[in-house]
Formats: sequence, C-alpha cells, structure tokens
Amino acid sequence: MLKRRIIPIELLSEGRLIKTRSFGCARDVGDPVKSSKVYSDQDADELVLLNIDRNGQQIEQLVSAVARIAEHCFVPLTAGGGIRNVSDAARLFEAGADKVLINTAAYSNALLIGEISEHYGRQAIVVGIDVRNESGKYVLYSNCGRNREAPSLEDHISVVVAAGAGEILLQRIEFDGVMQGYDLDLLQRAVQVSPVPLIAAAGAGHFLHLKEAFDVGVDGAACGSLFNFGDNNPLRAKAFLKNYGIPLKRV
Amino acid sequence: MSIGVIDIGIGNLGSLRNALYSQGWDTLPVRTPDDFCDISHLILPGVGSFAAAMQRLSKTALLEQIRNFASSGKPILGICLGMQLLAEFGSEGGKIEGLGLVPGRVDPLSVADLRLPHVGWNNAHQSQKHPVLDGIRDDVDFYFVHSYRFFTDDTSSVIAQTEYGETFPSIVGKSNVIGTQFHPEKSQANGLRLLDNFCLWDGKC
Repeated sequence: MLKRRIIPIELLSEGRLIKTRSFGCARDVGDPVKSSKVYSDQDADELVLLNIDRNGQQIEQLVSAVARIAEHCFVPLTAGGGIRNVSDAARLFEAGADKVLINTAAYSNALLIGEISEHYGRQAIVVGIDVRNESGKYVLYSNCGRNREAPSLEDHISVVVAAGAGEILLQRIEFDGVMQGYDLDLLQRAVQVSPVPLIAAAGAGHFLHLKEAFDVGVDGAACGSLFNFGDNNPLRAKAFLKNYGIPLKRV
Repeated sequence: MSIGVIDIGIGNLGSLRNALYSQGWDTLPVRTPDDFCDISHLILPGVGSFAAAMQRLSKTALLEQIRNFASSGKPILGICLGMQLLAEFGSEGGKIEGLGLVPGRVDPLSVADLRLPHVGWNNAHQSQKHPVLDGIRDDVDFYFVHSYRFFTDDTSSVIAQTEYGETFPSIVGKSNVIGTQFHPEKSQANGLRLLDNFCLWDGKC
C-alpha cells in the first residue's frame, strides 16, 4: 500500500536555511546540509529545498546545495527556486535532485513542464502554487508572492497537469510560518480537481494539523516551522499520526 | 575488490555512488568490457526504457560481459530498470530480449484507476529469506518509481512482493543474481542496509 508522506520543506537563502512568516520576516534556521542529513536520518519521507533568492545566481547556489545534500541524504529530494528552462532543471538532476519544482515559469511557459516531464518522467516535476485569499477569493501569486496571476486555482491545476506536472505543492501565503494549521478549504478545493498527488504546505504548527490535511485527502504534508521550532521531528510526527490509522512508511 | 556500477550514460549514478560510499564501499564505473577485470560485484542501475538500455548495452559490448560475469557466480544487483533488464523479455518499446538472468518478462503495470507511474513509499512483503535482506524486517517500505513490472511463473525467483493495483515482484533473484524494483539508494536505512548486504554477499543463497 502506498503511504502518505511527511516532507520537511527547507528555504535556502545565501547558502543558509531561513524560515519566513507569510513570505517575509526571514529568520536563520541553520545549515542546509546538516539539516537535510538530520531529516533524512529522522525518517522524513522526502525533502523539498527551495531557493528564495532571485539574484541571477540562484541556480548555481541551488545546484551547489543539492550536490552537497545528496552526499548525505538518502531520500528523494525536490529542488526549486528560479528554474527558467530545461538546462536549469538538468543541472539540478545531475547534482542529485530527484524532482524539480517550478512555480513562476508554470504561468509564463507551461511548455517547460512538458519538456521536463518528457525528459525525466512525470514524477520528476512538481508545480508549486502560492495562493492569497483576497476578500474571500483565492488569488494565485508567482515570483515568491510578488506577482498576481490571472488564472483560477482550478484552471491553473488543470493546465499544469495537462502540460505534464506529476505533483502539486500548494500553499496559502498568509499561513506560512504562522503555525495555526493548513488552509483546509483551499486544500479541499485542490483535492477535488487534482488528478495528481497533492502536497499541502504552509501552516503546520502541531501534529494534529498534519492529520487534518491527510483527512482532507492530500498525499503529503510539508512542514517548515513545525520542525524548525520546538522539539518536533518527522519521527515524532509519525508516532503521533500512527494512532489515527494514517498509512505511513514502516522502517 | 571493487563494486562495479554499469554506466551507459543514462541516468544519474551519483545517488547510488553516495549511498554505497556511506556504507564504506568504493565504486568503479563500468563502461567498457575491460572494466570487468577489477570488480567483485556488479550493479546494474537504470532509468529510461527497456529497449534503449538493451540497445546501449549491446552497442557498448557490455551485454556478453554481464552474462559472463553472471555465469562466473559473482553477485549481480539490478535496480529499477536494471532489475527489469534481468528478465528474458520486455514489452516496453516492442518485444525486446533482456539479459535472461532471471526467468520472466516485463509488462506494464495494470492498476485500473490508480495513478501511474507508481511513485512513493510502499512495503515489500518478503516471500523468502535472502542474504541481501539480512537484518531487514518484513513489510518495511522502500521508494518506488516505475510504470512497468516484472512478471514470472517461476515462484522460486520471487523474493518479495508489493501491491499497487495488483501484486507484483518487488525483489527477484536467481542464484547469484538479485534485482529490486525499488531504489535502495533512496530508501534510507533499510535501502542502505540492503546495498551493504549485497556488497558483503558471496553470491550464494
């Protein structure tokens, strides 16, 4: 039986890991290689590493981090942040990434999804979708929350899946780093239309929040603050969730 | 004594090399028939299609060398597509002859309305004991990424099975040859243990 996944999400900036609140107020939370190794040893099901710098060097920085992480980390690794073309993606795969995540390019160049999918397989391409709630309406944003995008959530999911996306990582921008739970209504809407696995991100502050997301039907729950602050880790999360009969990896 | 890893230019071997290195094993890329001289164990990794991989192996003259290595009794491990190549035939890209080291063929997974490829952590139910599974508990999860499956009538070569829409062999083996449908190099402690066990294996069951 296929298992639900618990996925530490790591934000890279200038070679360090940081944690944001609502995509702002960055705090340093450690070294990318050491943190990834610890997560891998703590039975995380995979890792997501996103570079949030946009300085023209973001792919170089990401490639270097991925290569160093891959030496110590024996779980699937997703890398993203500033990928604009197939050669950016190729460099990340060569460095040891198993999947790449694209967000901004999915709006301007959906063909890129297809190209990556054709070369590396559908499972190797994750599309990140960032959402704000504006007067009761979900609005999509690209470029780390800076640019407002026109398509609706449902339309964007159907476009990227048709283009070849293998997975969706969905987050509510305002809930990032707030630790009050995922936006379950948003997840519910995406679960209903997405034919590909969905990963919930932004909001986990308690193991119960992971249970809520799995109950809505997501395949994976990504956690940043939950594991960064406080005595929490993937092992403890699983020990908690096992009580609710959620199918999780057995080791 | 070195661990040879077939390198025919498709797919990234870095993860496998890193995983073996973490267990204290040095690897040697195997690209030409001469590279077989110095190796005690052979790993056949692989992503891509059955047809393309077989074509590449015969073009680089590695095909016969792999068969010779197998008949010498030294241990061989196939991973993912590398496991599928051990079969007699594959149906991906027409009916293609495989290495024929484990009886069976390779067909598409038939999963009704489930998603393909089969990606993620899934448990391997061990149907028999094997040296490479030493110290690995039954029904622990490994990381899978595949759309094709091994099919065999020879139940004695099924070492473990996994269920996704249907039940398929996730580890197959015959004498000194073993293959895993999952990626041990991406399967944390249990995967690393399996790789370490393989490198310590003398090829006898």
